[in-house]
Amino acid sequence: MSITNNRLSKEQYEKNFADIHPPFENKDAALVEANRCLFCYDAPCMKSCPTSIDVPKFIKQITTENIKGSAHTIFSSNIMGAGCSKVCPVEKLCEGACVYNLMHEEPIPIAKLQRYSTELAMEKKWQLFTRKQNTGKKVAIVGAGPAGLSCAHVLSREGIDVTIYEKEKQGGGLMTYGIAAYKVTPQFCKDEVDYILSIGGIEIKYEQELGKNITLEELQKNYDAVYLAIGVGLARQLEISGENMEGMVDAISFIYDIRNNGFSKVPVGDKVAVIGMGMTAIDAATQAKRLGASEVTMLYRRTQDEMPCTQVELDIAMLDGCKIIWLAAPKEVIGENGKVTHLVAEKMKLGESDASGRRSPVATGETFTIAVDMVIKAAGQTPYQSLVTTNNLENQNGKLKVNHSLTNIKGVFAGGDCVNGGREVVDAVQAGKDGAKAILDFMLNVEC
Amino acid sequence: MADIRSNFLGIKSPNPFWLASAPPTDKKINVLRAFEAGWGGVVWKTLGSQVKNVSSRYSAVNYGGHKIMGFNNIELISDRPLDINLKEIIECIKLFPDRAMIVSLMADNDKKSWHELIKKVEDTGAHGLELNFGCPHGMTERGMGAAVGQDPEIAKMVVEWVMEKATIPVITKLTPNVHSVVPTGKAVVEAGTNALSLINTIQSVTGVDLDTLVPNPYVAGKSVYGGYCGPAVKPIALKFLTTIAQNETTKKVPVSGIGGVSTWKDAVEFMLLGASNVQVCTAAMKHGFRIVEDMIEGLNNWMDEKGFNTLEDFIGKSVENIVHWEDLDINYHHIAKINQDKCIHCGLCYIACEDTSHQAIDLAQGKPYNTYSIKDEECVGCNLCQLVCPVDSCITMEEHRIAPEYINWIEYQKRGLPLNDH
Repeated sequence: MSITNNRLSKEQYEKNFADIHPPFENKDAALVEANRCLFCYDAPCMKSCPTSIDVPKFIKQITTENIKGSAHTIFSSNIMGAGCSKVCPVEKLCEGACVYNLMHEEPIPIAKLQRYSTELAMEKKWQLFTRKQNTGKKVAIVGAGPAGLSCAHVLSREGIDVTIYEKEKQGGGLMTYGIAAYKVTPQFCKDEVDYILSIGGIEIKYEQELGKNITLEELQKNYDAVYLAIGVGLARQLEISGENMEGMVDAISFIYDIRNNGFSKVPVGDKVAVIGMGMTAIDAATQAKRLGASEVTMLYRRTQDEMPCTQVELDIAMLDGCKIIWLAAPKEVIGENGKVTHLVAEKMKLGESDASGRRSPVATGETFTIAVDMVIKAAGQTPYQSLVTTNNLENQNGKLKVNHSLTNIKGVFAGGDCVNGGREVVDAVQAGKDGAKAILDFMLNVEC
Repeated sequence: MADIRSNFLGIKSPNPFWLASAPPTDKKINVLRAFEAGWGGVVWKTLGSQVKNVSSRYSAVNYGGHKIMGFNNIELISDRPLDINLKEIIECIKLFPDRAMIVSLMADNDKKSWHELIKKVEDTGAHGLELNFGCPHGMTERGMGAAVGQDPEIAKMVVEWVMEKATIPVITKLTPNVHSVVPTGKAVVEAGTNALSLINTIQSVTGVDLDTLVPNPYVAGKSVYGGYCGPAVKPIALKFLTTIAQNETTKKVPVSGIGGVSTWKDAVEFMLLGASNVQVCTAAMKHGFRIVEDMIEGLNNWMDEKGFNTLEDFIGKSVENIVHWEDLDINYHHIAKINQDKCIHCGLCYIACEDTSHQAIDLAQGKPYNTYSIKDEECVGCNLCQLVCPVDSCITMEEHRIAPEYINWIEYQKRGLPLNDH
């Protein structure tokens, strides 16, 4: 057993990481589905979208061959509508609410139709928005992820110049660095950022990290308002012995490496354990398998009823051949010469409901051991607690506290994962819109 | 099993489904394929002085992802030599003696031409003649087709010429490009036609190409009015048919129903409103001759379920149910009811009623599903909600009579009953 990279041929990598949700083959295929849409009034799909995309309208526009209008409808509500069409857990959002479900029929493939219109808009480089006259106002945004980009786009439309400070070399945030490669490609993420920036008035300064290259004071001094969209980043530690041995990796860095370095460069074990059952855990487990691991086992403290990922995601992992062990928590990592050889896990049972309303896992004292050479930790991410505390930002365990996007500091706003602790891309996009609205209100008030 | 054999003026066919005079019936190979598929008869594509056709010849109206809701053609009468047509008609009759062979005719506008053509066609052994007084494109510009059917006097004159010569049954095909088919219908019945058929196609422009700005169908950068047919024209055909079935003069002759017949259900509706049989074209052009299989089976099953043994048992049965508006019962009232167990919360009933009708549906907000219910006192019973609802039997119309007795508008006025009752 060993951890090695370059396990597969180029063809195998390409096959394993091919688009999991391929687009419509052609216009006719899209029209068949678009024509099925009932064009509901006050539509449940729209109400289930965190960014409230007018789904019936954009689908109707596909049927009238007004694709430009369709893309405009989508992007007006969600400037990352193209990326969201690939990464949204639509089974619990728009498609999950489609009225066809109530007829026990397949829901409208909303994401696929959204992809149809938005991809065409990006491919043709349609500029669907015009900037209002320049207001002379300037806003700094920290983080070029979904929340930051969404906020920037709304502000730019309103005639405000935006500078985004991004610590990575590319924009897109978790869309670019934190999602399985079979959902979005690096090229797509780059194209999406470019498309968003094409409106003008938004500059991204890369490799600029808050607290390292820039300070909040500087930003406050040089701009009319600051929007913090710094996300969450640190992998939650398991707090068990052996956690620092070679072969222990966190899912975020693992996925980051896949997205950043290319498939053949990323080392993966023969037998891999993945701790957690969220979307990131699934992305890590399936990609470990697709990189060539012979055995991937996912461990989760609770049962399928409480899992944070959707059934659709779990199905991907199971179809990839990942083993699932419910009611199991990591207890100890055993190794030789500093390298992981075994994972000891404790069997759990369900106890009383906790604050989240889910039944909490209780240890039974009974343990079992599995042979592994790699353990991927995907038990959640933690916010940048010390960073926000140092900057005197009010927070709860590192999660920024805001009131209508405003932090405790005047002129400093925040939104996205750094506030909510880590949710979907589409939630971050909405947070960015809310942030922009709050900033606009603030700047108007200042003028008065 | 019901008996679906048809007897139209003594012309017998194993079922009441004929193919209309059109491209599917313009040569032997098509007609033999149709007979093999099971069609009861054909009306051979119109013969007359040979013409020349153009391309393209068809265009269509699609709707909601469905192709050919309406169909349009600019093809003229047969462009094949008359003697070849006549020879092939003889061969078809010989191979399928149990099927009806009607030949459509459009001679030049003189008695001699008509008489010569009738003689030649009767010599084939054909069972009947259909006079094409309906073709609305091309031929009309030459004073034929619809140009004849639109003028009762001219139509009467031509039928008189025909009846002098014809020894086999004559069906006169009427054009719908008039405000009423009755005047021409009456004129030709008085002139002696043995039967009527209707409708021919309706003059139309199906659309304009938004890139080239040339209307359809396209002929070297230009277009021309065409003849509209297919499912879209069925309601218009049924209305014209009913007016013929209700007129004292025209109701004396049998009618062959034409206009958007695509299924056995359509056929039954035509027959209920007075057609003795039906003619089909567009549906066959869209799907091929195989559609007749379900038409035969469906008609049979429906007749069995309703207890009708022969076609005559139900032909014309619905004619009396179309009355004058003044005869409608004003005391009849019904109110929509939404079955909450079936409702899928699409809101289509609500927005239709709220925006365009009587604000009679209540919306209770829910996330993500709203609840919709009828405000009984506001509902005028218009049916709009039921028509837009995508779920079968989710919205039903429940009878709530205003008063038990029948009262029509004339009596209502006479009694001075109130107008502002809602």
